[in-house]
Amino acid sequence: MSTEASASPPPSEELIKDAVIRLAGNSQDGIQSIGGFLARLAGRSAQEVMTYMTIPATISGGPSIFQVRMGTGEVLSAGDEAGFLVAFYQHSYDEHISHLKDGGVLLYDSDHVELDEEENRFLKIGVPIAALTVEALGGSTREKGKNIFTLGLLARIFKLDVDKLRGIFKERFGSKSEDILRNANLAFDAGYSYPIDNVMDRYYAFSAPDESGPPQVTMDGNTAIVLGLLAGGVRHGAGYPITPWSTIMEMLRSQLPKYGGTFVQAEDEIAAASIAIGFSYAGRLAVTGSSGPGISLKLESLGWASMAEIPLIVINIQRGGPSTGLPTNVEQSDLMQAIYGSHGDCPRIVLAAQNVEDCFYTALEATKIARNYSVPVFVLSDMSMASRIEAFDEPDLDSLIVEPKLSTEDRPADFKPYDLNRITRHAPPGSWIEGGKFPQVTGLEHDETGHPSANPEMHVKMMAKRRDKIKAFADSLDATEVFGDQEGDTLVVGWGSTWGPIRETVIRQRSAGKKMGHLHLRYVNPLPNDLGEIFNRFKDIIVVEMNDQGLYGFGQLATLLRANTCNPAIRSLAKTDGLTFKIREIIKGIESR
Amino acid sequence: MSASPAPATVERGKITKKGIAADHPTWCPGCGDFAVLAAFFKTLEKMQFPQENIVTIAGIGCSSRFPYFVNTHGGHFIHGRALPFATGVSLGRDDLHVFVFGGDGDGFSIGGNHLDHAGRKNIRLTYVIMDNFVYGLTKKQTSPTSPQGFRSKTDPTGAIDRPTNPMRKLLSSGATFVARTHAMQIKHMMEMYERAIQHDGFSVVECLSECVEFYKGAFDAAVPRKGGAFDVIDEDEHDVTNMAGALALAEEEWPGKFGVYYQNKEPTKNEMERDLIDSAQEKTKGASDLELLKKTFAHMK
Repeated sequence: MSTEASASPPPSEELIKDAVIRLAGNSQDGIQSIGGFLARLAGRSAQEVMTYMTIPATISGGPSIFQVRMGTGEVLSAGDEAGFLVAFYQHSYDEHISHLKDGGVLLYDSDHVELDEEENRFLKIGVPIAALTVEALGGSTREKGKNIFTLGLLARIFKLDVDKLRGIFKERFGSKSEDILRNANLAFDAGYSYPIDNVMDRYYAFSAPDESGPPQVTMDGNTAIVLGLLAGGVRHGAGYPITPWSTIMEMLRSQLPKYGGTFVQAEDEIAAASIAIGFSYAGRLAVTGSSGPGISLKLESLGWASMAEIPLIVINIQRGGPSTGLPTNVEQSDLMQAIYGSHGDCPRIVLAAQNVEDCFYTALEATKIARNYSVPVFVLSDMSMASRIEAFDEPDLDSLIVEPKLSTEDRPADFKPYDLNRITRHAPPGSWIEGGKFPQVTGLEHDETGHPSANPEMHVKMMAKRRDKIKAFADSLDATEVFGDQEGDTLVVGWGSTWGPIRETVIRQRSAGKKMGHLHLRYVNPLPNDLGEIFNRFKDIIVVEMNDQGLYGFGQLATLLRANTCNPAIRSLAKTDGLTFKIREIIKGIESR
Repeated sequence: MSASPAPATVERGKITKKGIAADHPTWCPGCGDFAVLAAFFKTLEKMQFPQENIVTIAGIGCSSRFPYFVNTHGGHFIHGRALPFATGVSLGRDDLHVFVFGGDGDGFSIGGNHLDHAGRKNIRLTYVIMDNFVYGLTKKQTSPTSPQGFRSKTDPTGAIDRPTNPMRKLLSSGATFVARTHAMQIKHMMEMYERAIQHDGFSVVECLSECVEFYKGAFDAAVPRKGGAFDVIDEDEHDVTNMAGALALAEEEWPGKFGVYYQNKEPTKNEMERDLIDSAQEKTKGASDLELLKKTFAHMK
């Protein structure tokens, strides 16, 4: 099909629940911004939204995609296949056309893309996107602005709220310069007024969303982690740049001074962990973080924090490993590292966030646990959540916020930093100890006062002290929730960002008559106490995770769960292609087991 | 391992020789580190900071056992990383007096990079490197400051690698106070510590401290009663703010000179971070944490 006018009837309107739009171009084309605008618009329209992005590891340029799924139902994954594909270049078309579903719509730049004429399984709309953008903006801007032109086209096709979009432009560009805002509006108008009616036989409109809930906020997972830390009263931290963790330290560096805090860019990962531990020792609960390679470097210091019983938040935005691995792809292969990494037995707590909203709540919860149990707490996220944008209900900040407090009040003469009879918290410097005997914190095995002790009995007691408080945390957990069937054929178990695809799979399979449940673990160390009992209610337990099946055929969580419950019905569905799970991969994986 | 002594009664608001001492040191008899500790006690007695606001931090090594022997808040961290740990303590708490003690392994080998960055950032703390030219805790291996030819268990035929020049390394780190002293010169040591402590910024003192067990006589050339010369810098001739002059001193032939090589006033990171906070808070006009957070969320709507 071409863009030539034909005498067709005016397009009708089709009401849809959700749409998956994939934008394919190069990383400098600003396709992330279109995706971001769409996501923000969806959030403001009380719609659900989820995005998926790939960026090349090269410094500038290279193919890049941004996929937006927006709709009025619950959006759980970014979608297996796109209903709409926007292709800016030949390579965009060649690479991504197989992801467009039958009956979908291909929107392409007719100056840059040559189609396979034989292909007839979708609607083809060719628009000279780059040329028309240049024309609209007066010719001196090269192709800058074609993203906004395309957004104009999409606004027309999906009957988007133009006033709200203009409002978003104004917020985004208004503070930069009048010119940029004017150009954005010009490009948008040119796209919006393009006579697309001639080739479309229908428009799409989203069914009315439920606007009764609290206002929605739209952000990516790394931003949600930062806000969770801020709400949890974290005011200090240190880090070293690494993808995909860097955006967290960038935001903390600019946010913390407003709260009276400091974020230090350290000379290396080891120093970053050590500085953060220094802050915490000084009475300022601190955060450090990284991605896998950086966490490897921090592990000796984290072992010290377990031994010295110092609270600390450690964020790992996992990416493809091992070594430098796939730095801009997703994997969940640092679970064992988070739980066991470092030498010796140094127990700590590990939490995994399941989606962008949960990144906020998990980071916030980590701050409370770290303080209560005086222990390092890992928060695991991953590449897919780091930059993925989702909309969610605004948290009730009034009730959630934690004000940080420096506890340098006087301590009694019998104060012991490592009292064996309770979960202890150290006295930060500045605390006067009645009688004037000051405590040491140390990585050497020590007695209750913190002084070195190689007494075998003392070592056994201190190991138990550090272990038992983690067990006490497990005892404090609420009963683990199972979604869907509470007993039956299959229990799908996951952790982290596989939550959406697993949930969507289970919903689909249950509506197809299968007896299936979904258990998603937020507490991966310690594991909840009730897993064995829950597992016994199902014939098969399938553990879905993005890591290698290992030497014995089980992914990392599956290995732990088998060791923990000795349940032979536990099977593993693991993969390492660097991409998030598709619904059909999980269905196929379950069926083939 | 020493047992914890019975709690001493310490008078609040007054640092005394008795009240500042903790465990009896585990060092070998005759070790230079005893004198370093004694001089530190005397200096603290003189300076009279609130005892609860003093923090003594160390990494790993013989000398790094230091915090256990001082009755103040203390942290015994991992090998080579005492400086970044102390950086967190210093930047987190302006009210504290932060001291780091360590050896040549911590300072010039495993932690060498941290020294450069704590120096260039001008973190407000005082760092004493007790340099004995040998790894003592692990029983005589070559250290980064061992001279060529030194026979150790890792160089049985004599060290072949060129040693680090400690003073040149300290000067090039960007440290704003750099001094050198000797554990057998108590008065000089105290003077150097006092000046280091009074310096507002990253102050570092290299203190030659003999290991009688594994490198006896290493510093005799700087001990007058053993025929050496303890040659002190004449500050009428050497301008301590002159880096070129300081570097020239660092190039002098062994055993070189003792005293303040370099001192200059530069803004500390502590001050500059405080300025960032002040200007950020000026813009937000004293908004509460909750108001700030709500405002950030409003941007996400």
